[in-house]
Amino acid sequence: MLNDFLKNIDLYLIKQIAFFVFAAITVGGALYLLFTKNVLYAAFSLLLTLLGVAGLFVFAGADFLAVSQIMIYVGGILVLMIFGIMLTNNKDFKRNNLQPNKISVTHHNRFWAVLVAVLLFLGFLKMIFEANFHIIGKQIHNSSTVRQIGVQLMTDYVFAFEVIGIFLLAALIGAVYIAKKEKA
Amino acid sequence: MSIIPIYNYLIISALLFSIGMAVAVTKRNAVLILMGIELMLNGINLNLVAFSQYDPNRLQGQMFVLFVIVIAAAEVTVALAIILKIYDYFKNIDLGGLNQLKK
Repeated sequence: MLNDFLKNIDLYLIKQIAFFVFAAITVGGALYLLFTKNVLYAAFSLLLTLLGVAGLFVFAGADFLAVSQIMIYVGGILVLMIFGIMLTNNKDFKRNNLQPNKISVTHHNRFWAVLVAVLLFLGFLKMIFEANFHIIGKQIHNSSTVRQIGVQLMTDYVFAFEVIGIFLLAALIGAVYIAKKEKA
Repeated sequence: MSIIPIYNYLIISALLFSIGMAVAVTKRNAVLILMGIELMLNGINLNLVAFSQYDPNRLQGQMFVLFVIVIAAAEVTVALAIILKIYDYFKNIDLGGLNQLKK
């Protein structure tokens, strides 16, 4: 009976359901980030959004990018942001042990910002549906893109690759230099 | 893999971009504004990856996304360093309260 059930599963439907689950995670995390007042909750909803985007990358056939999205964004940038939140909370907020450590953020212009964002989204939607894409070329099949990306990085994009390495080094050194304590 | 129409990706990335812009405009905490910018960058990355799946021999969109991710990492490190300096000076990072450049 289980075998019959497994044979009759529509793979197409399963993939679509998974896609929409990831899409809902992504958009839901982003919306929560927009409306929450707690800064740490906002950071964790950004985590949800980034993981959802990594899942969508897998559906678009970009396996290497999905892994690097998780490693760089979730493992690097998000941790850095949480460090930033922790190092800059407001010192004159006195709390006793019964209160949770709540770091909150105030909003301003919320109505106008949401209105502008909705209008922007409607504009994008109009553009997307009127663009009438004629897609030329085949879609990616179930092959890995790692080899392709490696070869491209070392041939066509080797100059950009070197430049971005230098750029990253310069940005890191600059960040350390800016953030150092000044001698009084 | 060829089952999700490209419009789905485009709509999700437009949503992410709009929400990111609303976050960057609404919040007053500097770190949260950075999060809004990250959201916008992710929306754009999703768009590039979605179109890149029709270009399996060269993958130009995916290469572009790789570089965008590196630039975003560099941007966040420098911005957080600046935010830490601002916190040293003003003792908060509410952008409404930063009203002077130098003593």
